[in-house]
Amino acid sequence: MMYLATTGRRPDAPPHPAGVGRRVPGTVVALGAVSLVTDVSSEMVTAVLPLYLVLGLGLSPLQFGFLDGLFNGATALVRLLGGRLADRGSGRHRTVAGAGYLLSALSRLGLLMAGGAAGGIAAALAADRLGKGVRTAPRDAMITLSAPPETLGRAFGVHRAMDTTGALLGPLVAFVVLWATADAYDAVFVVSFATGLLGVVVLGLFVPADPSAPPPRAASTRPVPSALPAAGPNAAPGPTGTAARSTADPAFRRVVAAAALLGTATVGDSFLYLLLQRGLDLSAALFPLLPLGAAACYLLLAVPAGRIADRAGRRIPFLLGHGALLAAYLTLLAPPSLPTAVLILVLLGVFYAATDGVLMALAAPALPAAGRASGLAVLQTGQALARLVGAAGFGAAWTWWGPRPALVAATLALATALTAAWRILPGRKARR
Amino acid sequence: MKSRTVLLVLAALVLLGGSLGYVVHARQRDGGPQLVAANDSFTLDQPGLYYRDNATGRVARSPGGEPGGPSCARFYAANDHALCLRALPGTPARTQAVVYDRRFTELRSVIVPGIPNRARVSPSGQVLSWTTFAVGDSYAADRFSTRTSILDLRTGYLIKSVEEIPLTIGGTRYHAADVNYWGVNFAADDNRFYATVSTAGRTHLVEGDLKAWSARTLRENVECPSLSPDGTRIAFKKKVSADPAAPWRLHVLDLADLHEHPLAETRSVDDQAAWLDDATLAYALPARAGKATDVWATPADGTGTPRLLLPGASSPVALPPPRRPDTPPARRTGPGRWAAPPR
Repeated sequence: MMYLATTGRRPDAPPHPAGVGRRVPGTVVALGAVSLVTDVSSEMVTAVLPLYLVLGLGLSPLQFGFLDGLFNGATALVRLLGGRLADRGSGRHRTVAGAGYLLSALSRLGLLMAGGAAGGIAAALAADRLGKGVRTAPRDAMITLSAPPETLGRAFGVHRAMDTTGALLGPLVAFVVLWATADAYDAVFVVSFATGLLGVVVLGLFVPADPSAPPPRAASTRPVPSALPAAGPNAAPGPTGTAARSTADPAFRRVVAAAALLGTATVGDSFLYLLLQRGLDLSAALFPLLPLGAAACYLLLAVPAGRIADRAGRRIPFLLGHGALLAAYLTLLAPPSLPTAVLILVLLGVFYAATDGVLMALAAPALPAAGRASGLAVLQTGQALARLVGAAGFGAAWTWWGPRPALVAATLALATALTAAWRILPGRKARR
Repeated sequence: MKSRTVLLVLAALVLLGGSLGYVVHARQRDGGPQLVAANDSFTLDQPGLYYRDNATGRVARSPGGEPGGPSCARFYAANDHALCLRALPGTPARTQAVVYDRRFTELRSVIVPGIPNRARVSPSGQVLSWTTFAVGDSYAADRFSTRTSILDLRTGYLIKSVEEIPLTIGGTRYHAADVNYWGVNFAADDNRFYATVSTAGRTHLVEGDLKAWSARTLRENVECPSLSPDGTRIAFKKKVSADPAAPWRLHVLDLADLHEHPLAETRSVDDQAAWLDDATLAYALPARAGKATDVWATPADGTGTPRLLLPGASSPVALPPPRRPDTPPARRTGPGRWAAPPR
């Protein structure tokens, strides 16, 4: 909990425009804590699920692959639904997100009770995915509604850093539980259930039902044409936007277009790690360290990147973050060595830190408060689908041309997409 | 603020306390580490059907008394060597592949990532191969993959992953990121091998050459090949249905003319079938109880009906009596002793 207390007020924090608190709003920290605890809960199950299904229950790898992939496609649609539901009225965000968190927590009990029944396991996994899909957009909308628009980058940085911390801790907790119980998978599910429930409790106790209420100037209900930090206090709140109208804002559409375009030029991390592993002839035991290294960089850089985004405008780090990804591809084309591998992982961490939360901060000011959750859901879904297309395209290029030409092609595609996104994204240099 | 904090602390105490209590309960219920070594009296010397006893997790012999072998998740043996795959506790999943001699003295132990999946030993006992089901963590992997290793005891050389083998599909050299091999098994020359390769959503039967280090596909839709003792046929699982609950049916492929026929077993078998002799195949099927498996046997020519061989068992392997070094291996032809119903 020390981490939570210190994140918001770093002594070296730069001076902010008058009226902007140095601290990240308590609601954002609370949402970060919910995400941290929930990620511990979900990642510990993710870590042991294949073991449990294949070794514990004797399912075949193919059956597992089927169960695992079954609901991934549906998640995107559920996310849109979650956004819509949350925008139905004020105070709905917490309810919808809370239902999502609760459903995921309860799904662990489903796993426990399903025993060896494939149908029961499938239902439990579906419930978990449903919960995850439903809660994401309302949660991000709550972050945008509770933090002043000009500090959104930092708010998302804090949230994503806490989220990633949980994701790193989850497998560790699972390891400890399995080690202590000689592989009692049910104990992992019980601990995960309790942890997930704790996340719901934190949400209920520390996240206000209407996050925009306490600081009156926090919520921007007026669509801001530029994605740069919104200027002064906003206009009077009103039920201006249905979800359909909220996504019609041209500035927001540009953000979605840029994110989707860049998404299609993204290779997919698993391919990058595979290329790294092959280049270095890395032992398979060390392989999991690659994503861990990138995640650790992401964790460390998320807050600084958010701060930079707040000062320089979010467009800049978002584009530069993709520039870091481009640099990672180029580095991957160079002869493999340990230093280049470290550099690539750092660049990947920079990419995530400078783009993931920053994208939300970039888009949110262009969305009316009443349509924010649905707008963010559209953006997230669009980006996720674009990345799926990108990964599939790269896989096909690898099959046809071999890994190196495919990587060259991906590099060119990303450079092109980056140039286009530079033009698409709104952002006259309206700095102070 | 005060009351919220108190509530949170209370909730945390109850939830974490409950978790801790369950962990302690699970620990006492399951006891300590469950991996045990073989009893001194348990060897490969007696002929019979060796298998994994699901209740104890140990290798057992039929006919024979209590399971006295080592703890293995997958087991196979031929001639002088046995291969035992066990899952190491904890996560990420790791598999220990242990090579034993006839007296179950450990000769070699290799730890690889992934979950035990398939184990095979060449007829001479000199070349071993195993497959683990590797699962990346949530950051890296969007699907499962398999990792197949080959260990040559003659040279001691270990090929950690056969994935890099130059592969030819339909006559052209093939590159892809998603190639996965599983279910390797060797011919009598300790060089030629058969396996499944999957790529782009399809599975192929692949014929490999260990010395030349090359592989080419022979046929599509073949999984978990198993070469007959006389080297003329391959038993395999063929995907016959899109129903994920029952996708496969056991078939036998004649290598001379590449004709295949289904076996009498109509249930979906997810196992690398083992030849008990040239006329009979054994395989594990989920038991009615759900979690465990039973071993069944069925004639290789597609006739007859499957019969229950060993309840609560998996990883069947038939071992003939040990042959003296100067005599050639006995050639068994025609219906063997496993073909007839017991007694």
